[in-house]
Amino acid sequence: MIEILNSPAFNTIQDLGRRGVRRFGVSTSGAMDPVALAVGNALLGNDDNAAGIEIQTFPFRLRFQTDTTFALTGADHDSTLAGSTVRPWWCTQAKAADVLAITAPRRGARVYATFGGGIDVPRVLGSRSTHLRGGFGGLEGRTLEAGDVVPIGRSPHRGDGRFDFGVAPPDVAIMGAAPADDRVLRIRVMRAGEYDLFSEAMQAAFWSTTWKISARSDRGGYRLTGGKLTLDAPVEMRSHGVVAGVVQVPPGGEPIIQMSDANTAGGYPKIAAVIEADLWRLGQAAPGSFIAFSEVSYQDAVAAMAPVDDYLAKLRATADLYRAL
Amino acid sequence: MSINQPNAPFVGTIEKSPKISLIGTLAMLVEAPGDFDLVQQGRIWALADAVSTWPNVQEAVIGVTNVMLVFEQPPADIDMLGASIVELWHRVPSRKADGKLIEIPVVYGGELGFDLSAVASRAGLSERDVIRIHSEGVYTVCAVASSPGFGYLHGLDPRIYMPRKSVPSLNMRAGSVTIGGMQTGVAVLTSPNGWNAIGWASVAMFDPEREQPSLMLPGDRVRFRIDRVEL
Repeated sequence: MIEILNSPAFNTIQDLGRRGVRRFGVSTSGAMDPVALAVGNALLGNDDNAAGIEIQTFPFRLRFQTDTTFALTGADHDSTLAGSTVRPWWCTQAKAADVLAITAPRRGARVYATFGGGIDVPRVLGSRSTHLRGGFGGLEGRTLEAGDVVPIGRSPHRGDGRFDFGVAPPDVAIMGAAPADDRVLRIRVMRAGEYDLFSEAMQAAFWSTTWKISARSDRGGYRLTGGKLTLDAPVEMRSHGVVAGVVQVPPGGEPIIQMSDANTAGGYPKIAAVIEADLWRLGQAAPGSFIAFSEVSYQDAVAAMAPVDDYLAKLRATADLYRAL
Repeated sequence: MSINQPNAPFVGTIEKSPKISLIGTLAMLVEAPGDFDLVQQGRIWALADAVSTWPNVQEAVIGVTNVMLVFEQPPADIDMLGASIVELWHRVPSRKADGKLIEIPVVYGGELGFDLSAVASRAGLSERDVIRIHSEGVYTVCAVASSPGFGYLHGLDPRIYMPRKSVPSLNMRAGSVTIGGMQTGVAVLTSPNGWNAIGWASVAMFDPEREQPSLMLPGDRVRFRIDRVEL
């Protein structure tokens, strides 16, 4: 068990999301940076899909009630355990009564706390992810609050198993699209259904604009500012399914990227879709930061996942080997 | 005789194919050609039933005359997959609205049906007429989408169409019976809502603890029964 001591707002229990129930109107939820969650779980010998805490407001503090292995991954942050510095992307052992304190990240938006054995809340519709709008999943379908006691499952490994080892973070280990510069995150996208309805000038503006992620952005979606993409004639779309990463253009012209908590349906013209290999990077982009889009083909988008999959596979193999020593 | 003459013999029409587009590498949207009608919607249901059993298809998400396929892995040959879907579209028989009949008792008007008078005045009808027209309809669940268990219901009498609000009502109660454009529905969550509330129903529309969590499913029919009128 762990006890939450301090959690300002919007920190929730998430796994890799609720699959296969969009047809009932249920959005997937799930970690905004699924690679960071998977790394934490791999370090601890958990299932990739074990649930952790997605922390997006700080300072966040918790107390361990039993000896527990844990890892902190995701955004670049500082943290302490019983007053001593904790290395991020590292498998660490906490003793009962130790307090873990995490401060606001220098870079990135979300820190993931994972625990040996994973967070043991009931699965709802196949997932432990919190569905805030529906009020189910996670801990009673809500955000974490001070005083909450969160159950941790039994670790698949012996308590005296090895810990104290780590890994290079994925943004260092995995090549992405070359950054435009340090301040702009370059995101690879494929064209989507209504791309051709936009004039050449509007298409060019989409690619050349440095977009700002506005303050009105959250797990549901990112609203972008910095330009307006308008159609010569408005199109009426019938309500249809959408997935995370779709870039929609409402009549006002400022694009919206749907994220983990997005509705299952949309009706705005779709200009593009963020590829899976970059969606986790976007999940770490904070409001106020800048992004730019680059186009890739379907084949390149598929191929771009290979380095991500390889990174996770190698890290899991190494962690398993180390644990078996 | 030219086939352009109005009395030319019927030689058949080449039916249009659906529009197929990708949303990234893990989703494909299939949109039926032409205007909305229940025959096209029935073909979408039938297509969704068929492709749901295909390997690598995680689920088929039905929309209004469209369906989005979600894949477990990026399909190896995306052009071949698209061609198979077009081929299936042209031979799949339209599914009728053959689902269950759901009867929903409604308290019309009152505190929770706060837009009833606006609907009536736009229609140039009395509030009682709006209630009668709405409760006499038989509606078809076209799709379940947007929020958990929310059914898009087709079959509203055009006399009581009412555009969505440009500024949503802030805290519309779950169970509100609403009209949005040419559709009607029952709000599942208490949340901001741009549809027009004409009444309220105490039916549980969604239960995440059930394996099949949504009361309404595509192809079901819905009747609203007058439980009480509060004017």
